[in-house]
Amino acid sequence: MAEKKVNRQLLEFEKPLIELYDKLEKLKTMSESGKFDMTEEVKLMEKRIDAVRQQIFSNLSPSQIVQVARFIQRPTTLDYFGMIFDDFVELHGDRNFGDDPAIVGGIATLDGRSVVVMGHQKGHSTKENLTRNFGTAHPEGYRKALRLMRLAERYNKPVISLIDTPGAYPGVGAEERGQAEAIAKNLREMTELTVPFVAAITGEGGSGGALGIAMGNRVLMMEFAIYSVISPEGCASILFRDAKRANEAAVAMKITAKDMLELGVSDEIIKEPPGGAHQDPKLAAKNLKSAIIKNLNPLLSLSARELIADRYNKYRKMGIFNE
Amino acid sequence: MASTLSIHDWFNRKQQQKEIARERLDIPGNVWVKCFKCGQAIYAKDLEENLKVCPKCQYHFKLTSAERIRQLTDSFLEINPALTSKNFLNFTDSKSYTARIEDSILKSGLKDAIVTGHARINGFDAALGVMDFSFMGGSMGSVVGEKIARLIEEAIEKKSPVIIFSTSGGARMQESIMSLMQMAKTSAVLGRLRETGIPYISVLTDPTTGGVSASFAMLGDVNLAEPNALICFAGPRVIEQTIRQKLPPGFQRSEYLLAHGMLDAVVDRRELKEALTKLLKFFKN
Repeated sequence: MAEKKVNRQLLEFEKPLIELYDKLEKLKTMSESGKFDMTEEVKLMEKRIDAVRQQIFSNLSPSQIVQVARFIQRPTTLDYFGMIFDDFVELHGDRNFGDDPAIVGGIATLDGRSVVVMGHQKGHSTKENLTRNFGTAHPEGYRKALRLMRLAERYNKPVISLIDTPGAYPGVGAEERGQAEAIAKNLREMTELTVPFVAAITGEGGSGGALGIAMGNRVLMMEFAIYSVISPEGCASILFRDAKRANEAAVAMKITAKDMLELGVSDEIIKEPPGGAHQDPKLAAKNLKSAIIKNLNPLLSLSARELIADRYNKYRKMGIFNE
Repeated sequence: MASTLSIHDWFNRKQQQKEIARERLDIPGNVWVKCFKCGQAIYAKDLEENLKVCPKCQYHFKLTSAERIRQLTDSFLEINPALTSKNFLNFTDSKSYTARIEDSILKSGLKDAIVTGHARINGFDAALGVMDFSFMGGSMGSVVGEKIARLIEEAIEKKSPVIIFSTSGGARMQESIMSLMQMAKTSAVLGRLRETGIPYISVLTDPTTGGVSASFAMLGDVNLAEPNALICFAGPRVIEQTIRQKLPPGFQRSEYLLAHGMLDAVVDRRELKEALTKLLKFFKN
């Protein structure tokens, strides 16, 4: 079965499962040959695999969480759109320069309510990732997102944003067309948005490129998502002068969902299926959907002014220092 | 540990001391200064009088916040001078963030990477923020963000135009996500400023990069820059590594950004006070 095969692509730290999967495979072949009935054994082995996986996932290190957050099989924004919303219609282009494939957006229905949706789009294969620039957006991506937010404002629809990017694209064209300006402008405009805005970090929350569409009234985080000012590799190569010390940097930087909740950067952790969202995308989407609805509901009764004040207060108080 | 100092360490230390000396141009007794760009030897006093612009090649030397304020203002009253950074993540790389803060305070004579206050410029009031590269590369952590936020809030109260001089390597990694949140915070406060109709002039100086360029530095009603300043989101080295191509000449320098529509004007430091005065006058009348 294709789906089982998909699950066999393991994360590096899931190595202990290889042997068990091999055994499972053997049992299945035996069972299928018809000579012996191995149904019970297969079930037992599957249970054991789940148990071992749960054991592994109950105690992941920050750098292991980074691997999960970046895993190529992890559900992407469009995967989630398909599972969470009805009637998603993609709207393209920034009306200035182009259409950035690394940020997707459009209109959709959430539980019967019209919403404007957007998010970074990664791929499930190298080919897809090349098309999507690995989810690293150009200025036109941020400007498309802003255009959609304005659309939401004009027709008084809530905004839902899914964040999953290593960061904004570092390139000549991106710089020439004002990467810094595009992100900066979004940051300012997002605070002033007159409609409810819920953001959820589903995978990688990579620096300014993530923040550029993430200043929601509520910021949710999937259990194995990360949020950071620079990649652990980047931090290690600058501060530790060695990119190979990324594991240390991942620990030092405090980038996990739990850290974000403790620091007040995120409001809620969304539980993932055992073994991560990719093990059961439907369940992950279901959890994400109910968290979005739960967090959106109280915002729906707020006035434009209250929504702006809510957002302003949230970000104004960010910062820890000595007075 | 001085007894175990190897020759190698000794050379390293000498080199470091040299670099520090290079950065701190206002060391007394430095009568002659060599221009970093053209190599011209300049009499220190002449350089000072020329606002630290090389008379031969017009290279703009980096200014400390104190020099900038001195060059620009008739009077300056600092606000929130006591705010200092905190090692709330217990962050340690080759040395602890706490030690880095203490060192930077000692070396720069500053409390953090920005000085904010109320200024008079040619008789016009302005809420002025001046970043300082000599404090941890002008990096933005909670203190920089908070001082900017408070400056803007006071500007709203006093109805003073806001001027911020940027120079920064970007977000302060030692404060991790909290430094990213300073981008959100400063931009949010600027949004509120905009609502009140009070003007904001951003002056970008060499270098203005990363999280600072992608937040308050690019959000001026008017964005000015000093000549040849590096202004970018991603640094040239990062881009070169990503695209594996040579970068176009002048890439990410002020004049290049001007040509690509990102700046209102590139202004020579010796004309900056006059330019700001004109703008302040325009907004006031």
